[in-house]
Amino acid sequence: MAETGDVFAFDAEQLELRRTVRRFCAEHSDEATVRRWMDSPAGYDPATWARLGGELGVLGLAAPDESGVVGGLVDQAVVAEELGAALLCGPVFGTIGLAIPALVMAGDGGLRDELLPPLVAGVRTAAFAVPERAGRFDPASITVGAVRAGGGWELTGWLAQVVDAAAADVLLVAASGPDGVALFAVEGTADGVDRELLSTMDLTRRQAAVRLSEAPARLLADPGDAERVIGYALDVGAVLLAAEQVGGAQRLLDLTVEYAKHRLQFGRPIGSFQAVKHRLADMLVAVEHARSTAYHAAWAIQGGTDDPWLATSIAQATCSQAYSRVAADTLQLHGGIGFTWEHQAHLYYKRAVTDAALLGSAEEHRNRIALAVLDRAVVPPSQVPPVAGVAEALRG
Amino acid sequence: MSAVTDAARVEEAARKVVAEHDPRQVSTRELLGACFDAGLAWVHFPEGLGGLGVSRGLQTVADEIVRAAGGPSAFSRNPIGYGMAAPTIREHAQSTEQARAWLRPLAAAEEIWCQLFSEPGAGSDLAGLATSAVPDGAEWVVNGQKVWTSLAHHARWGLLLARTDPDQPKHKGLSYFVLDMGAPGVETRPLRQMTGQAEFNEVYLNDARVPDAHRLGAVGDGWRVALTTLMNERTAIGAGSSLRGSGTIADAVALWAARPDCHTPVLRDRLAALWTRAEAHRLTGERARRSATTGSPGPEGSISKLVSAELNQQIYEFCMDLLGLEGTLYGSYAISEDGRDADWRGPIQQRFLRSRANTIEGGTSEVLRNILGERVLGLPGEPRTDAGKPWKEIPRG
Repeated sequence: MAETGDVFAFDAEQLELRRTVRRFCAEHSDEATVRRWMDSPAGYDPATWARLGGELGVLGLAAPDESGVVGGLVDQAVVAEELGAALLCGPVFGTIGLAIPALVMAGDGGLRDELLPPLVAGVRTAAFAVPERAGRFDPASITVGAVRAGGGWELTGWLAQVVDAAAADVLLVAASGPDGVALFAVEGTADGVDRELLSTMDLTRRQAAVRLSEAPARLLADPGDAERVIGYALDVGAVLLAAEQVGGAQRLLDLTVEYAKHRLQFGRPIGSFQAVKHRLADMLVAVEHARSTAYHAAWAIQGGTDDPWLATSIAQATCSQAYSRVAADTLQLHGGIGFTWEHQAHLYYKRAVTDAALLGSAEEHRNRIALAVLDRAVVPPSQVPPVAGVAEALRG
Repeated sequence: MSAVTDAARVEEAARKVVAEHDPRQVSTRELLGACFDAGLAWVHFPEGLGGLGVSRGLQTVADEIVRAAGGPSAFSRNPIGYGMAAPTIREHAQSTEQARAWLRPLAAAEEIWCQLFSEPGAGSDLAGLATSAVPDGAEWVVNGQKVWTSLAHHARWGLLLARTDPDQPKHKGLSYFVLDMGAPGVETRPLRQMTGQAEFNEVYLNDARVPDAHRLGAVGDGWRVALTTLMNERTAIGAGSSLRGSGTIADAVALWAARPDCHTPVLRDRLAALWTRAEAHRLTGERARRSATTGSPGPEGSISKLVSAELNQQIYEFCMDLLGLEGTLYGSYAISEDGRDADWRGPIQQRFLRSRANTIEGGTSEVLRNILGERVLGLPGEPRTDAGKPWKEIPRG
């Protein structure tokens, strides 16, 4: 498929956007700040989040405003990359990654117009309570039922693990109703909503169990439309997650290179040993490949230039593996200090583990890729490479 | 703004060439010569030297138009000429006239080029090479042995790196020449490799003479000139295909599709992983091309070469595992008429054996990882025992 000419070319505004978000994170999401907020009850700083939405205006770059769409998915990916590099505490995954894209795709309407602006402004947050498997919507796994009640709906059911749900002002919930599966909005503080904060390995990315007992809900996407809305949100979520993985992996590579230049053993910098140097070279390759696939997917979905199914799976399979590997190698190359609580390596390592499991593992995405390019592959005989067989061997 | 104008210029020039020299009617030589004259051989080169002085990223614009019209791949007709000799000549030839005299026949594939760098005693440590060049009037007299020289038996010219001062430290005593492969004292012998074919040669140099006018760069500055060649070599080798699923991975997918009886879930995941890596490699190449300007390729080319070499091996290892016992059969070890790329056209088993060389030729994977570590990441080098020592005092063997 033809790609547009400006694929992979960041313009001046995107470079400026990156600088701005990086500067903001250096100031408001340095390591000490991340550690402070990951230990706090809310898990993030609502004031910092509101500044990202208000002052910087970077939470809904692919969302329409009065004048139409501003920015695009590539811009949003640049932001996700920088937030991931800084491990910024906040509902990046639930709100920027999934809820905002779902609302953008939900079509014009009173409810969307009510819910979207405060999320984009950073004054409210949202979580996405939709079952997925391998990054695809999985209606068969829905555990929430919807019934009509008065002029609206009531939802009942239980969700085991929802990222960013504990502090969310609004939950977007997929539920089975009388006409099929639809997407609903539930206020976080409504009667009948019980949220229990889960103890997570990654303290910078919270999860909650959510119990809904006749919780009042409003219909966001009806059964005819829910699949499209959810599918788009999951694709965008996969792209932004991949960009976040690139940001984290690049930060770890930078950190480890600096360490290898200055840590002395046997009278020389450890980075001068080939055993260390070669591992760092492989980390570099992993990061570069991850970056190529993440931004290819962002451009592909923004411009419609490639199949979203394949583009997101290539990105997720590559970036999950890259971040996990780079994080593990970061620990290894830092030696003992890398295993301590005081060093930041474990914060990234735990994020890498979480990110690899979100929206499908690398293995599940490889399976998706195999479904698309291997299982249905039809190759004309003329293109099958020759194999030396018994006949040739006898001829000698 | 100007990028758009440049692209239009390249496109217009390419359309004119294929209109006036229909690739399906005229000889390859005429077509490629016309491309050179129109500035389409290397679009980022100066005008008059086969270029238009525009961004190298626009090369694909020209190549695609020529290919679509039925033209051959210029690169494959003279790979060392196009990929390595041309950029080195352009940067280091003593005069524009000399550069043009070499570049026009090179571009038209009238004169094939080869590279005389590696020696039996100097592989990864190329700067330690021993072939000597001694001045004699306006000429140099060359003695030594070169190895792994592909195309030497077809080549008119060779890119020669030789030692002109053994008393200097090894990087400082080298000079770079263009050697006439037909000159007296140049003897080429085929070198048989483990696949049975002989795509490479050994070249023996016995009092071979090179005019000083065929020196590239200053006397003693040969290493710097060689780096131009090597950077371009790695970029050329690593530059992947621009089409998804094409290249070596297509072999594995085709074999997979043709052999449903051999499918297992484990092999399926392995192939999906290889396909994904090939795609990440391809996209990284695309990204590098988009950001490429008129500048020379940097050490980033080493990423591409490193990945494509290891990927090639893994892909053919997969094919062999898919074939099982059948993979242990072999077509023939007899040397074919034109052994140049016979291995890559041969049966899977032969391609499998050939791929073992991928991580050695054009810079071993170990050296490439050093380059990535030191030149891209800025890591310190290994402590060296040869630094600063005159070349002749360095132990060899």
